[in-house]
Amino acid sequence: MSRLPVRKTYKLYLGGAFPRSESGRTYEVEGANVALGSRKDVRDAVRAARGAFPKWASMTAYNRGQVLYRVAEMMEGRKAEFAELTGDEAEVDAAVDRWVWYAGWADKLAQVLGSSNPVAGPYFNFTVPEPTGIVGIVAPEEPPLAGLVSRLAPAVVGGNVAVVLASEHRPLAAITLAEVLATSDVPGGVVNVITGRKRELSPVLAGHMDVNALDLAGATDDVAELERLAADNVKRIARNGDGQSLWHAAAFLELKTVWHPIGV
Amino acid sequence: MAEVEKRQDRSPVPSAFEYASAPESRDIVRLEERYGLFVGGEWMAPSSGEHAPSVAPRDEEPLAEVAYAGPEDVDLAVGTARDAFADGWSDLPSSERAKYLFRIARVLQERSREFAVLESLDGGKPIRESRDVDLPLAAAHFFYYAGWADKLEYAFPNRRPRPIGVAGQIIPWNFPLLMLSWKIAPALAAGNTVVLKPAESTPLTALLFCDVLRQAELPAGVVNIVTGDGRAGAELVKHPGVDKIAFTGSTEVGKEIMRLVAGTGKKLTLELGGKAANVIFDDAPLDQAVEGIINGIYFNQGHVCCAGSRLFVQESVYEEVLAKLKRRMGTLRVGDPLDKNTDVGAINSREQLERIKELVASGEEEGAEIYQPPCRLPEKGWWFPPTVFTNVAQSYRIAQEEIFGPVLSVLTFRTPDEAVEKANNTPYGLSAGVWTEKGSRILSMAQRLRAGVIWANTYNRFDPTSPFGGYQESGFGREGGLHGLGPYLEFDE
Repeated sequence: MSRLPVRKTYKLYLGGAFPRSESGRTYEVEGANVALGSRKDVRDAVRAARGAFPKWASMTAYNRGQVLYRVAEMMEGRKAEFAELTGDEAEVDAAVDRWVWYAGWADKLAQVLGSSNPVAGPYFNFTVPEPTGIVGIVAPEEPPLAGLVSRLAPAVVGGNVAVVLASEHRPLAAITLAEVLATSDVPGGVVNVITGRKRELSPVLAGHMDVNALDLAGATDDVAELERLAADNVKRIARNGDGQSLWHAAAFLELKTVWHPIGV
Repeated sequence: MAEVEKRQDRSPVPSAFEYASAPESRDIVRLEERYGLFVGGEWMAPSSGEHAPSVAPRDEEPLAEVAYAGPEDVDLAVGTARDAFADGWSDLPSSERAKYLFRIARVLQERSREFAVLESLDGGKPIRESRDVDLPLAAAHFFYYAGWADKLEYAFPNRRPRPIGVAGQIIPWNFPLLMLSWKIAPALAAGNTVVLKPAESTPLTALLFCDVLRQAELPAGVVNIVTGDGRAGAELVKHPGVDKIAFTGSTEVGKEIMRLVAGTGKKLTLELGGKAANVIFDDAPLDQAVEGIINGIYFNQGHVCCAGSRLFVQESVYEEVLAKLKRRMGTLRVGDPLDKNTDVGAINSREQLERIKELVASGEEEGAEIYQPPCRLPEKGWWFPPTVFTNVAQSYRIAQEEIFGPVLSVLTFRTPDEAVEKANNTPYGLSAGVWTEKGSRILSMAQRLRAGVIWANTYNRFDPTSPFGGYQESGFGREGGLHGLGPYLEFDE
């Protein structure tokens, strides 16, 4: 008699832990019962993200780069599992390589995006990029893994924290990615993954007053309505982003300019 | 030095020095009785038929009748800008575009006295400020971006920068010509054409600017100036022929603009309100810090989005700072904006004066202690004396809401951590000040204060090369510097 495999329960990833939805709901998708996240789960995720923000943002850029590279290492070790979930080994390779690419950006953002400004007076003046805070990511439906990594990596490389609404129809890769993050030195709360109905949860994320930016690359429903909700606290909005680009990371960075007089 | 100061402490400076008035002549400014809209290089009457006077805040004198654009007018202006974009401006060699901008900068320098007087007349700001801050900076802004026009490939390597099309720009009443330059200079340098709507209470320098465009021989339709109120602004924002919106003004209106733009894919930058913290540590050079506090909140009557309106003083120097501050407030000269001695001019409009009064009344009601130095305010016009509130709780409206007037709220702190926490306790994030002699503390505070501009041991400094803009509800996007170009360009990603 062949051995009966032990199945995995797919839950949310919230504040570094894997809880069920507080609502107790699940939905059947990709052959599993996946947590059907609630509005309250989204709010809890935002709170966890806010708590994680100061430490992640103030980590040295070198250190953050190392942590993101560690994510790539851990993913590489679980390639077979990801390939089974996505059905596309090339997608998994691309996702791993994307982490590596962004990991290398961590300690270069300030040099490429910042500046020293020659003001017409006796002042030292410079501009540096800083994270904007919490980025709400509505992840693309397809591809389920590379789509998410392509939005998540540029958000967190500059010191932002994230609340992700996973692909609704193919959420398993996102939860498995969360398991990778949980074992990759990414502090709990830096990335939070909610599975469930985008139609129900996206407006909560878009209208949340403690979310600073919104990535709508994977928004399937009324994008205009989400953007209207985002206006309530003047969220930064990114609408699309295929591939990899410094500018995807820059979209979630503030620029801070510091003045100081020069004198003796 | 310390002894001299002590003596001053014992004998307070008289509440106001007597100064002979030194009025700047207004004869240099020639105004039309009535202005139309500037569209396609021509003046045209508004199809709405509406006009309203622009009034001098210092004595409520109507200066000129100004057109209020209706939807058809905005539509015509946008269509004209679209045509100008397609009919040559976007194809013009970028070095030629640069030369137009250099010309504009030069003409502004040549005519700066005329503009300064008109700015003070129409807006109420002291002539010393229009002359020494607004005009030099406006000209410098055009000069700076002129140089970028033919160097965009160097600013954005490997991204193939190209213009977006028509920029719709809406500017506020606190720095009318300077905000015009912040908007128009980068837009044109990037190769766009412009429809700009000045604020309804301060349209006159923008209208005079049309004469600068004539002298610079800028091709017709590249810059169109459409005066009017919020209705015209909303039409501009909604117009499908506008590709990019740039707005400077209140957070409330900024949010409304975001909602109007939602789902359209238009590019947007917002420079909105603020409630900046100005943090004074006990080791700061206190006399310089007091000058910074005064400049931070009473510059331009406090009509400044980045005004240092929340003062945080470390407890150990609180009494000393307050005494110095009150003494210095007593030497501020409030009065005629055209008088070269004036430090604090007129409040820009009756509506703004009412708003300031309402918030000040709320401060007194909520339990804060008010101090205003004795000063004689002119009988005509709109005025509000320099004001400071002590015993302010963070929850008071005067500590939360943007007053946009010469009103300072003073709070205290004990540790750097407490200062950071209180300073960041706001939905805004435009600017902040920090005063201390300790270098490592400056850098630590500069890192931890969540704002787009940090002034350390200085305040309210501006420069075309220095990016300006906010965090959080103070808006997004930067104006000034290399970073101010990006919002006016499209790229290969």
